[in-house]
Amino acid sequence: MSDVPAHLRYTKDHEWVAVGGDQLTVGITQYAADALGDVVYVDHPSVGSSISAGSIVGEVESTKSVGEIFAPVAGEVVAVNQAVVDDPSLINRDPYGEGWLFKVTGSDSDDFLDADAYRQLIGE
Amino acid sequence: MGSSSPLHRVHEAAGAAFTEFGGWLMPVRYSSDLAEHHAVRTGVGLFDLSHMAEIRLKGSGAAEALDYSLSSRLSTLEVGQAKYSLMLAEDAGIIDDVVVYRLAEDDFLVVANASNRDAVFPEFVSRAQGFDVVVSDETDETAMVAVQGPKVLAVMSAIAGFHAADDLETVGYYRITRGEFEGVEILIARTGYTGEDGFEIYVPVAKAEALWAAIVAAGASVDLELCGLAARDTLRLEAGMALYGHEINRRVRPAEARLSRVVDMDKESFVGKEWLEQHTEPSHKILVGIQAEGKRSARAGYPVVDPGSMEPMGEVTSGALSPTLGFPIAMALIDRDHREVDTEVHLDVRGTMIPARVVALPFYRRRKD
Repeated sequence: MSDVPAHLRYTKDHEWVAVGGDQLTVGITQYAADALGDVVYVDHPSVGSSISAGSIVGEVESTKSVGEIFAPVAGEVVAVNQAVVDDPSLINRDPYGEGWLFKVTGSDSDDFLDADAYRQLIGE
Repeated sequence: MGSSSPLHRVHEAAGAAFTEFGGWLMPVRYSSDLAEHHAVRTGVGLFDLSHMAEIRLKGSGAAEALDYSLSSRLSTLEVGQAKYSLMLAEDAGIIDDVVVYRLAEDDFLVVANASNRDAVFPEFVSRAQGFDVVVSDETDETAMVAVQGPKVLAVMSAIAGFHAADDLETVGYYRITRGEFEGVEILIARTGYTGEDGFEIYVPVAKAEALWAAIVAAGASVDLELCGLAARDTLRLEAGMALYGHEINRRVRPAEARLSRVVDMDKESFVGKEWLEQHTEPSHKILVGIQAEGKRSARAGYPVVDPGSMEPMGEVTSGALSPTLGFPIAMALIDRDHREVDTEVHLDVRGTMIPARVVALPFYRRRKD
């Protein structure tokens, strides 16, 4: 069973979104991290770049496979997590905390799933 | 759905994640690919390899049948000796790579890849016609586990109910001996696919769970780690070992994969020999090792690009960020004009050109004391 915290929102691309003020913090879910295996490389979007909803803005690679990171909304990237570049294992150890990926301007969206809907998506 | 290992329940209980491999559902990892990988390099790891195919050739003509069926000369193996070999098609394409063990004068065990079992077994049956030999597929009756890593002997000597016919410390690399576990006959080979010292044990399926548990118990004091196929893949890649379906396949010939050393052209006759005799010009492609900069690894199928012309000149067959070495490594089949060590190449990683260079294989070699 994967951890799916109730206070977060989710996308069908297995990302989580934390809504706060006028920006969103984005990461990958524990389900996604478990499926990838040990993450060994993270590629972030550039801070200040404009991203369009659904576009590929980054990558997380494990020893076995590559996961693409999709922009959950259109907006401007305001911060990226350098700590996961230096230590990609944070994504496996603490996907909803220290393993966050980037922050983007934007607000809550009807396209996001709540924890129950996401749990259903991953069959748990 | 395909087959599952006789140890499947044990893996489920241990929390393994599974993957489909060669028609079998096998553990891909238990907790962490990297921890499992490092355990084999520095301590010891335990693998379930029950998907591997065990084919037995018995009879006074077994040695001759093998000499004809495979690329190497197996008839000169001593009893207890093992050899890596290839099964070639008539056009010298590689049907499978196998390890052959001589168990007795007239008794050989051939271990083939799970994915090729359905090709290799009937091929042996047909190639053995006219020789005094009985070919049997013992895969479904046999479990296979591997104990690999520098601390392997400490584990092997502590397995309860386990006896080897020879002192395992004196069993050389690529040798096999008989043994007994809880009264049942087993085979113990000093072989592996990790680049480390280690043993592979063949046990009847009825005793597989008990043996697994006994090895786990014996390994507790040296932090034995359960290892999945993900770690096995990065371990063999670092050791420069070919994986069927990646470095080698039906369209790759032995010299292209740098495996001419296991093709004995002095043998009177073997399948593939005629083609090789008629095609002595070197092929345009050859397998190389590649080391890249940064942390981003190329994967199977990614293009290798000539940095001068920016033209593709090969394809990656396997690639990963090496857990032991810390930089990206890959094997690739490339144009032989670029094969020299230190030749600069680019790896096209999803549109980004990663600077890299040709290096000698293997990437990792264990220290031998």
